[in-house]
Amino acid sequence: MPWEESQRTDLADVFLKIISMMYLQKRYGKGYRTLVHQYQSNGYNIVMDVVSGAVHVVDQLCYDVIAGICKLKEDHSLGKTADWTQSDSAALWQGESEIPTEVLEDPHTLAKLIRELDGRYDEDEIKDALSDVTELTEAGQLFVRDTYESMIDEVKRRKTVVKALCLHIAHDCNLACKYCFAEEGEYHGRRALMSYETGKKALDFLIAGSGSRRNLEVDFFGGEPLMNWQVVKDLVAYGRSQEKLHDKHFRFTLTTNGVLLNDEVQEFVNREMDNVVLSLDGRKEVNDRMRPFRSGKGSYDLIVPKFQKLAESRNQEKYYIRGTFTRENLDFSEDILHFADLGFKQMSIEPVVGEESDPYAIRREDLPVIMEEYDRLARIMIEREKEGKGFNFFHFMIDLDGGPCVAKRLSGCGSGTEYLAVTPWGDLYPCHQFVGQEEFLMGNVEEGIKKPEIADDFRSCNVYSKEKCRDCFAKFYCSGGCMANAWNFHGTIHDTYDIGCEMQRKRVECAIMIKAALAEA
Amino acid sequence: MKHVKTLNTQTMNNSLKKGGCGECQTSCQSACKTSCTVGNQTCEQKK
Repeated sequence: MPWEESQRTDLADVFLKIISMMYLQKRYGKGYRTLVHQYQSNGYNIVMDVVSGAVHVVDQLCYDVIAGICKLKEDHSLGKTADWTQSDSAALWQGESEIPTEVLEDPHTLAKLIRELDGRYDEDEIKDALSDVTELTEAGQLFVRDTYESMIDEVKRRKTVVKALCLHIAHDCNLACKYCFAEEGEYHGRRALMSYETGKKALDFLIAGSGSRRNLEVDFFGGEPLMNWQVVKDLVAYGRSQEKLHDKHFRFTLTTNGVLLNDEVQEFVNREMDNVVLSLDGRKEVNDRMRPFRSGKGSYDLIVPKFQKLAESRNQEKYYIRGTFTRENLDFSEDILHFADLGFKQMSIEPVVGEESDPYAIRREDLPVIMEEYDRLARIMIEREKEGKGFNFFHFMIDLDGGPCVAKRLSGCGSGTEYLAVTPWGDLYPCHQFVGQEEFLMGNVEEGIKKPEIADDFRSCNVYSKEKCRDCFAKFYCSGGCMANAWNFHGTIHDTYDIGCEMQRKRVECAIMIKAALAEA
Repeated sequence: MKHVKTLNTQTMNNSLKKGGCGECQTSCQSACKTSCTVGNQTCEQKK
């Protein structure tokens, strides 16, 4: 029986739809998501293609067109397509979030966008912007599909080697900082100094466990490592003596409060240490409130001149002046600017991590003020850079071209696998923040890892194992966040510290906005 | 393009081809000790 004309059209439509779907499935696979984040900051319209890492600064028209496409995509994934005709390009939007260029070039998409944008732009304008969007999509810089998730089993199964140790050279401290997670250096335990023998075994453990990895990192940490300075020097000498024998290169770093810093320490540090982290919280009253001596006296006056001298002696490179802000100095941008006024060029200030009951802990209601502080800091940094008085803020540093590879971003910070903390008596923990929590005791430097299941758990933790990371635009910048923070707030490393995530997202947005502003300058 | 200025010349997914060499710095060894800042580390191959 011959088909009616209308039947033939319907069948042809269905046939074409199936062929198109097969073609698109073959080309793009099925079920991979795209993730685009748009925001406006300091007058810039910014579009991040999360999967490729591409970042675009666009005009208002293009910004609205991309938002319109994302809205159509969302409508489609939610099934809000009652008014979409069968022949609409919507039929091609298979999967929950696929946007192939065929969809962008389809006349039905244009018609929908005109409706979606409420007549704010005429057809030619939208066509023009769509042409740029199509070009980006074809170049793999927009609406790129997330194929990384299929690699995650490989990441979980990967053989890891230890490449970095945090040596707790002294579980003792000459300051009594109120927020110290190390409890004035004692880490839920007793005061102790690491012996040379234990430190040597730690370095041997690192060399033996590092496989073919050449660059090995050792951070002398505490408590206050300068309270065990001779052992630090002896361990550096031992490490250097082993480099040629094993074809390794040690990168030593020191984290210090500066109380015992002197010319001899400075000369040694400048010769041997790749990086020095100098702890100071900012303005005198802010620093002295949280970082007093045990007597209660503030530490600012003693420490600041020493840090200034050290930073200058290192040509203002390879160091960080590092502070902590709490809810008692939510105007922390003033503390960063204070660092700049003191002449420092490399700085870092992190939000305090504390129990919700701690009076100084960051609370959810503090977030609007903190967000405004980051915005303010970003604007001032742009001004200072343009005036030739720029400085680096660690948490706004982002290298859009030379940043870490996908493998690194998928594997996270490395705690528990590539990075371990060593106590003064040689016990191994996943990182410095877990020290003293017995359920995380992994082994010791003499016998090695006794509980590989702890390492396996850390190895399995990534942005795809955490539901909260799934749709987060910052997931490839924080790689799932700090596992110690997740543990502290949720009792599992497979979660995220929610307030920390909000601050992290803001810092990523600010960092990219600064790039946009400086690219224009 | 009339409407777009792209800030980066390389995209992250290009790094898939090489795979991770693992020689890069561990995040917490730089200047963060209480957060995670993988994204601002530098690739050892591009230094």
